[in-house]
Amino acid sequence: MCENIYKPYLMVIDQIVEETADVKTFRLKFKNQEDADKFSFKAGQFGEYSIFGEGESTFCIASAPTRKEYIECTFRKAGRVTNALANAEVGDTVGFRGPYGNTFPIEQWEGKNLLYIAGGIALPPMRCVIWNTIDLREKYKDITIVYGARSVADLVYKHELKEWEERADIKLITTVDPGGQTPDWKGEIGFVPTVLEKAGLSSANTIAILCGPPVMIKFTMPILKNLGFEDKDIFTTLENRMKCGFGKCGRCNVGKLFVCKDGPVFTYEEMKVLPAEY
Amino acid sequence: METIKKLIRKQSLEKLFTTLSASRKVYAPVFAADKRVEYKYNPAFAEVTFEHIQSTLSVKNVVFPKVENLMYYTNNKVDSTITDIDLTKIPEVVLWGSHPCDNSAYDVLKSIFCWDIKDEFFAKRLEKLVVIGLACHQSDAYCFCTSVGLTPNSTKGSDILLSKTKSGDYIAEIFTEKGNAIVAASSDLFEQPNNEEIVIAEVKQTFNHEQVTEKLKTAFEHPFWVANSLRCIGCGACAYVCPTCACFDIQDETKGKEGRRYRSWDSCGFSLFTLHTSGHNPREVQSQRWRQRIMHKFSYMPDRNESLGCVGCGRCSRGCPVDMNISEQLQALQNI
Repeated sequence: MCENIYKPYLMVIDQIVEETADVKTFRLKFKNQEDADKFSFKAGQFGEYSIFGEGESTFCIASAPTRKEYIECTFRKAGRVTNALANAEVGDTVGFRGPYGNTFPIEQWEGKNLLYIAGGIALPPMRCVIWNTIDLREKYKDITIVYGARSVADLVYKHELKEWEERADIKLITTVDPGGQTPDWKGEIGFVPTVLEKAGLSSANTIAILCGPPVMIKFTMPILKNLGFEDKDIFTTLENRMKCGFGKCGRCNVGKLFVCKDGPVFTYEEMKVLPAEY
Repeated sequence: METIKKLIRKQSLEKLFTTLSASRKVYAPVFAADKRVEYKYNPAFAEVTFEHIQSTLSVKNVVFPKVENLMYYTNNKVDSTITDIDLTKIPEVVLWGSHPCDNSAYDVLKSIFCWDIKDEFFAKRLEKLVVIGLACHQSDAYCFCTSVGLTPNSTKGSDILLSKTKSGDYIAEIFTEKGNAIVAASSDLFEQPNNEEIVIAEVKQTFNHEQVTEKLKTAFEHPFWVANSLRCIGCGACAYVCPTCACFDIQDETKGKEGRRYRSWDSCGFSLFTLHTSGHNPREVQSQRWRQRIMHKFSYMPDRNESLGCVGCGRCSRGCPVDMNISEQLQALQNI
């Protein structure tokens, strides 16, 4: 029989973490060991997750390829599929197709400092590459993570933020928007661009990986430029509505590029020549 | 294989058609209500038209059905299962009397479905398709195949191409082994041609597609798009009648615990097409969507798929409820 490229793997929900009131992380394991053995992916890639009867939804793989035997995804309850996913329980079967898209070129980053900047629900698409480089810690120089959310309650991966904070070989700066702090909040208070500017960082031998809402990107870019980052050293991962995941259904294109095939990872150098269709 | 030329008499076509119909699915054009031309599976030969200019819908559905099941599932929470589609059951289809524009479109569709990862749903259907094309001996003001590098008797995509002679018989040019097998099985119906003169429609070239492609490289922000799409109502008809539009949606449909995942034709003219769950829409107004349609066919596809996304059939212009004529728009675009 020919290969059906639309047929998902059957996955079992192995673990559910409630990140915030409306954000969950699923750990998914392959139902068939054969599928698990064949499967591999790289940091930055995404997939189509489905609840049968509700449809498919697109998210990045949020776990690192260095962690075998499972994949994780983090999603916000927003539409039909994510609401159905949010109602699923440990042990339920879901569908997964992937991996699709290009990857963060982490081999090319070896020997450099890495500066990760994320806002809100944009940490999940970066979590994979963050853990991937942390798991290969000796290959990179300084690793800095700047992460902001509207409020303390909106911060995802709280247990991991704690782990990163405690590690001497990772510099973590967390911030919440003014008014979003709690009495015991020890992190920064302020928007990501402002906090980034105050952090006294340098662009020397450094790659910046940036992901967040458009307004955060808009105000962060000038700061990175002021710090002296070149366009080719700033990476981001884009999202657009997708159906197929492999450049056929025709909706995720930005100009002539498909986010699903040519992306989702783009450098700022590649992005700035694209029309604003994302 | 080398092209073979034969003559088939007008009165022998029925025999050929009925022979083919007896053993396989033959998809042929017939006149339906209101002079609409539709394709039907195995119609009576008397119904089949050789005099149509254009069918309302294209014949892309033989390789890319309007709705196609991608898999079946049962949703039992813990014990959900998937049943695959048996693509070996796709039947052979003989497409009869389709015009060169439509036949050329299969290559365009292939450049979408088979680039990078191969879509076996499409590829298997194309493999099982035999095309007996009919060169155009008449055209109308909407036809513009000559503007997109084709002609009323382009041979691309046809296994056999029939061209009407002045006396009403047909010259059959055979290009492929698939076509040759059909001719060989009914060899008594074919004769050696004798320099019969064929009748070919005249289609005036209205624009230069290479110039259009060149112009589009710098036209993304041009006011042309707003000015020329103000009357577009976003109905998507242009995409549904188009032989090369391949954009699709994927949806689930469930009854009880069982259901199917299918794909169906979609259109870049719809606002929902690109709408994010957050409410953000990268193409939020109709002019952006109209621009996408033209850019995709005349700029992105020549660049990425080495193929224009248009065969000049004119259906989008004939079918447009607000009379947006693509040929006229491209003529205008060429001169901005």
